[in-house]
Amino acid sequence: MPISKLVGARVKRREDPRLIRGLAHYVDDIQLPNVLHAAILRSPYAHARIRAMRTDQARRHPGVVAVVTGNEIRDQVGCVPVASQNPTLRVPKRYVLAVDKVCFVGEGVVVVVAEDRYAARDALDLIEVDYEPLPVVSDPEKALASGAPVIHPEWPDNVAFRFDLKQGNLAKAFKEAERVVKQRLIHQRLAPIAIEPRGVLARYLPGEDELTLWSSTQIPHILKTQLSVMLKLPENRVRVIAPEVGGGFGSKLNVYAEEGLIGHLAIKLKRPVKWIEGRRENMQGTIHGRGQVGEVEVAVKKDGTILGLQYRVIADIGAYHQLLTPGIPPLTGLMLSGAYKIPALAIEVTGVFTNKVATDAYRGAGRPEATYVIERIIDRVAQELAIDPVKIRQKNFPRPKEFPFKTATGLIYDSGNYQGALNKALRLSGYQGWRGEQRKLREKGRYLGIGLSTYVEICGMGPSAAMPAGGWESGTVRVEPTGKVTVLTGVSPHGQGQETSFAQIVADEFGVPLDDIHVIHGDTAVVPSGIGTFGSRATAVGGTAVFQAAQKVKEKAREIAAHLLESDPEDLVFSESRFSVKGVPKKGVSLQEIALEAHLARNLPKKMEPGLTATSVFEPANFTFPFGAHICIVEVDPETGRIEIRKYVAVDDCGKVINPLLVDGQIHGGIAQGLGQALLEEVVYDEEGQLLTGSLMDYALPKAEDLPRLELARTETPTPVNPLGVKGVGEAGTIGSTPAIVNAVVDALAPFGVTHVDMPLKPEKIWRLCREKKERRAEGAG
Amino acid sequence: MPQKRVSLRINGRDYTHEVEPRLLLVHYLRDMIGLTGTHIGCETSICGACTVMLNGEAIKSCTVLTVQADGGEVLTIEGLGRAEELHPLQEGFWECHGLQCGYCTPGMILAAYQLLLRHPDPTEEEIRRGLDGNLCRCTGYQHIVDAVQYAARKMRESK
Ligand code: FES
Ligand code: FES
Repeated sequence: MPISKLVGARVKRREDPRLIRGLAHYVDDIQLPNVLHAAILRSPYAHARIRAMRTDQARRHPGVVAVVTGNEIRDQVGCVPVASQNPTLRVPKRYVLAVDKVCFVGEGVVVVVAEDRYAARDALDLIEVDYEPLPVVSDPEKALASGAPVIHPEWPDNVAFRFDLKQGNLAKAFKEAERVVKQRLIHQRLAPIAIEPRGVLARYLPGEDELTLWSSTQIPHILKTQLSVMLKLPENRVRVIAPEVGGGFGSKLNVYAEEGLIGHLAIKLKRPVKWIEGRRENMQGTIHGRGQVGEVEVAVKKDGTILGLQYRVIADIGAYHQLLTPGIPPLTGLMLSGAYKIPALAIEVTGVFTNKVATDAYRGAGRPEATYVIERIIDRVAQELAIDPVKIRQKNFPRPKEFPFKTATGLIYDSGNYQGALNKALRLSGYQGWRGEQRKLREKGRYLGIGLSTYVEICGMGPSAAMPAGGWESGTVRVEPTGKVTVLTGVSPHGQGQETSFAQIVADEFGVPLDDIHVIHGDTAVVPSGIGTFGSRATAVGGTAVFQAAQKVKEKAREIAAHLLESDPEDLVFSESRFSVKGVPKKGVSLQEIALEAHLARNLPKKMEPGLTATSVFEPANFTFPFGAHICIVEVDPETGRIEIRKYVAVDDCGKVINPLLVDGQIHGGIAQGLGQALLEEVVYDEEGQLLTGSLMDYALPKAEDLPRLELARTETPTPVNPLGVKGVGEAGTIGSTPAIVNAVVDALAPFGVTHVDMPLKPEKIWRLCREKKERRAEGAG
Repeated sequence: MPQKRVSLRINGRDYTHEVEPRLLLVHYLRDMIGLTGTHIGCETSICGACTVMLNGEAIKSCTVLTVQADGGEVLTIEGLGRAEELHPLQEGFWECHGLQCGYCTPGMILAAYQLLLRHPDPTEEEIRRGLDGNLCRCTGYQHIVDAVQYAARKMRESK
């Protein structure tokens, strides 16, 4: 066993030098000669028939090369694909530009292509569209009511799909319950808002009959397959490149109308075409996340033991599905058991069409909802039964020796020690001390609250059988003739830092310096195959593929070395990038020499293929289940409704850690987004389906000042699912943090008789709530 | 559209161009000069991805016209440091993992540059407040704060 030098170390990122000097290339930074610019006219109505369009003036505008409407290309470009399957699924046709009808504000209607961006935008103003407004429904609960406006006439009930999951004897659980606690919960819609909006650049070479499409995407390989279908091109003529990508958070884990549209235009016009999304377009047309309204009901014994849980939820789908839209709410169902033993469980999801943009995967994707449901309701139960929220959690945790632990929802949690993480968080936060402080402050009329969240999440996605488009990942490791190492990975990092962590893995295997390794990703013509970066899978699945490829290369190198040294492969030892004969350190050959020999191929073992490269495709046998305990201490001022976070401790367990610096970064960013949901963020549509939070002026993204200094710690419970023992960490912070904050605020306001508040906890809402409760008390007393 | 002649000094080099009066400074820098390190994240002065220094002040180049900058001196991320000699802020962001996707980073670094010109020894609170015009969706800001503190220390020490 070689001594690990780099895996586990806080290695600075290798991607940073180009980024901190402004030399990286995001889509809009790529300049192609002769490029045209596209701008898209979007619907100002949430629901309307398109009666007529006049585009001639736009066509005559100087610099305009083409103006294209939905009707003109409906037969030439396929619809926006949906990958998630469900037997009850209803899939309305979503053309890349609207045909006859628009169903949400921001749906593309006409595209203009011009010599420069300004001309393209100018021409949009010259297009006239005659809309006949139709009745709108933007609230998913109202969409289900009889007599509600119908979005797709084929399905007058507006139901997009149903998903039910039922395990254990729920009726018995509720019959035997000593207490039943119910709560309605709203998971508001959120906008992912990668700071780089989406963008597409396409170039078609007619002679070669090849389309190259650069897109700000998390899934270049899946996009390549889908594009070839949409554009009716042989897949081997399509190349997708994800260049530098400025954040995704799930919003770029999709196949969008614009990708098909811009690809089509480049083929048709035989010139490169670029489209860069504006922030307004991004708010209107890029997927949103969350958007669930549910009612949870839990059956418990007086001592806090959970007997059963039921969750009925309406999922706000929007007007059309995107790639994974129907796959998100079922994940909520699967994870409802949280970190607890719940013998009986049922979830009923109703996906509902509304006149809004689609919801889909946003950081956490279905699991933050599940965690919020279970962590909120367990606190409600604790409050009702007057049990400490720590005790009730401990009571219902599976013990470490119960792993692998099978949940009532049918999942197998790989490994865990939930008590361990919680104990560490209690110690680091000084939990007991804060309880004392809380009592003291309450006497002085100050409201301190302590919130816990002991989450578990599902990631490392995942076994292909359970995934809509494959769950494996590929890795290729090649030692070049000069000894430099090239790594190709099918994952598509966009900030996560795998150019560094994968290099760490290979550097340790080969004993070569980090600088000798180069990690390439995101180009379907270079990386043979792949799935992409999402579901906190990149390192657990993609890292494992790279690790295994490196091992294969090393095995081959060993055989070559044995041949060169005229020794038995078993008699060789590997250290410092060199094979040598056991006990005769002088008699050896370096990896670099072996690589050169492998390429010259003049003296290789019989029947061995030349070259020193290997590919591994890793198919995980299970998901992985990271977990942790977050503790948040807040002080709420009832006079202003302001919430101050006094302390935030996060203990996360993501299995083995390759690079602690990167893991900390992921947790920080994840918590920032979870806190954003808890306190600030909310997509708001009015009754007419108009988006009221259509710019960053109206949508509150957390700023540096809004966030506290976070205190992080870890426990390390390796997963048996992959040889690296890593679980994944990209979404854990988001999943774990939201309920910790809300629980803290509810705890702070318990003296007012508050048992729940829906997110986001804006000061105005808190202030009103405190005032109402006070008034009601005064009335009661009077 | 009538054109107007502008002359600017950008990262120490002089440029003269004929531009449309409505051309935004950020588009001028990116499309005409080829300095694509300055990014666009909102076009409405909120996100700060387009932050550059104009005549010694951090500005949002998405809401400044090129003609307004005529005769001025611009510093963009590309002019801040060199590969062999990074600016302490660049070094700080690298050392402290102050970036993930990197899209906000050039603007964030230039906003921090102004902050350190004004407050060479800022507290954490001052840093957080000073970066209020710059959004980062990836990092949660904590490592950015650490990076600015790192740079502040380094710059004070080298004085
Ligand atoms: S692009 Fe200028 S502030 Fe956002
Ligand atoms: S590093 Fe991605 S937005 Fe800041």
